Amino acid sequence: MLPQAAAAAYIATSDGLLLVLSLMLPVAALLASLLTGARATKFLTFTASAAALALSVIIAVRIAQTGEAIVYVLGAWQPPLGLALRADGTAAVLLVITSVIMCATGLYAHWQFDLPSGTGDSRVSTVFRILMMAVWSALNAVFIGQDLFNLYVALELLTFGAVPLVCLDGRAETVAAALRYLMFALLGSLLYLLGAGLIYSTYGTLDLKILSGLADGRPALSVALAFMVAGLLAKSALFPLHLWLPPAHSGAPPAASAILSALVVKAPFFLILRLLFDLAPAISSRFAGQGLAALGALSILFCSIMAVRQERLKLMVAYSTVAQIGYLFLMFPLAVGTDVLPPWHTIAWTGGLLQLASHALAKAAMFLAAGVIADVFAHDRIRELRGFAHVLPVSAFAFGLGGLSLMGLPPSGGFTAKCLLLTAAIVEGYWWIAATISAGGVIAAGYVFRVISRAFSTPDLPLIPQRPVPRKLERIALALALAAVALGFLPLQPFTYLQVGRPSVSTWAAP
Amino acid sequence: MTTPFDAAMLLGLSGSALIGIGLFVIITHPRVLRKIVGFNLLGAGIFLVFGVAAKRGAMAGLAGDPVPQALVITGIVVAFAATALAIALLKRLFELTGSSDLAPLPPDASSRRT
Repeated sequence: MLPQAAAAAYIATSDGLLLVLSLMLPVAALLASLLTGARATKFLTFTASAAALALSVIIAVRIAQTGEAIVYVLGAWQPPLGLALRADGTAAVLLVITSVIMCATGLYAHWQFDLPSGTGDSRVSTVFRILMMAVWSALNAVFIGQDLFNLYVALELLTFGAVPLVCLDGRAETVAAALRYLMFALLGSLLYLLGAGLIYSTYGTLDLKILSGLADGRPALSVALAFMVAGLLAKSALFPLHLWLPPAHSGAPPAASAILSALVVKAPFFLILRLLFDLAPAISSRFAGQGLAALGALSILFCSIMAVRQERLKLMVAYSTVAQIGYLFLMFPLAVGTDVLPPWHTIAWTGGLLQLASHALAKAAMFLAAGVIADVFAHDRIRELRGFAHVLPVSAFAFGLGGLSLMGLPPSGGFTAKCLLLTAAIVEGYWWIAATISAGGVIAAGYVFRVISRAFSTPDLPLIPQRPVPRKLERIALALALAAVALGFLPLQPFTYLQVGRPSVSTWAAP
Repeated sequence: MTTPFDAAMLLGLSGSALIGIGLFVIITHPRVLRKIVGFNLLGAGIFLVFGVAAKRGAMAGLAGDPVPQALVITGIVVAFAATALAIALLKRLFELTGSSDLAPLPPDASSRRT
């Protein structure tokens, strides 16, 4: 059952080794860390983080310069027998966002572990560094993988790196949260694997590019994609499969929460995006897109209200993650494109990916700021945090700036993203999506202002910091929040960079 | 396919049955250890489906499609690692709380149990 692959062969580009390096660097640091001690691990992860950040920027710049995707064919064996790695403009944006957030949270964790109040346990900091490298490599593998089974392994590696991050401090609640997360994630990956098996038995290949050429309206393909998307939904915590996320993300140490909330849940979303837009037959894609957007809308409404009701700051931020992920799924029916307009030329495609990027930066900033607040006052009960901005002005400011993106107020990346999605919803005539985006913004304002208004109020008894204020940590949160704000200065139009390496208007076959 | 009921068909039906039993156990049983067994049943069923893909590929003129077999071996390794991680977490939870069950989520999280 070998497919006629000659026409769809990959042409490796000269800079393809960059992709291999972006996978290998974190893994090499991880393996070397396992063999050496805590001090060497610190050095190795620092070096690897800086190198991987530079590498992702080089990849993004190369793609911008050449205007073509970077392709690497492993061992020069063409798929379907071999494997290919490929980074187009959209993947490059995700690689850069990943490395920026990884470097910021890595630095935060480094300083936090050195605090007198920090764990002081070199084992925890070493394990964190090793897991961070594992998650980083797995994320890169998801973003540049081209083979469905390769992507399955990448997803599993991501799970195996992310689950221990949840229970890093070893308390019983966090171990339970990690176990619950693992149950959902395993069910998700097995459903994905079942779908991949059905696709292989139908088409005889697992390569995304060859499949997108072969894909026809066979029911087997729709069934397989339904299994895969359902599995990925459990991993990306879309309502009603979000139950594992709030306890897992709120119980982890702040740097781990930032990585989990900003990046890890985005990887399965990115895979759903590729499956639906590159593989799915137009009719099933349209049908599934409507369903996903409906679940996204329920996520936004239900989990925003849950966020307003939370007593604890970190749980509130975690619920808002589920709500913000809901916005990502609104792009499926909006970005279908038309006969003459490929999906990646629509404003919804840009809006969705901008929402992904700005949420990643804003949410990392908010979790890091919440981590400082919880550390300084030794608790994170919102009710008892009156006037915390007088003690921690920088953290309060970072939290508020991050909140701008969640609410969709200008100037912020979240505003631009939600504005693009809202415009697309109105143009396409999806009134319920437009109403959900507006309502979600109002409720988000409710939970952000609930914290911010308390922060700046004058308490009856002044809040007494239990520990010295870690200024360096506050600045990292602020830098990430400012980056999320800076995304708001991008123009309100489809970015051509996101279209690099995808079929252009002239070669676009109408769905 | 010459006969309506050949080896590949039997394999496929067994795989489907295992997948069904595995999913049923994972979704309905509250005990974590049972769920882990359910994941292994589900995994075994999926590997049998891959086996059918290999057998069907063989019917298209090949001596036997080795790709699904390679995938199954990788899949077994990954499933083993996942089971080990789950058991390790469960053992730790038991040491910490004296119970090998996940407490129901707090009422404000949801009314559903996992």
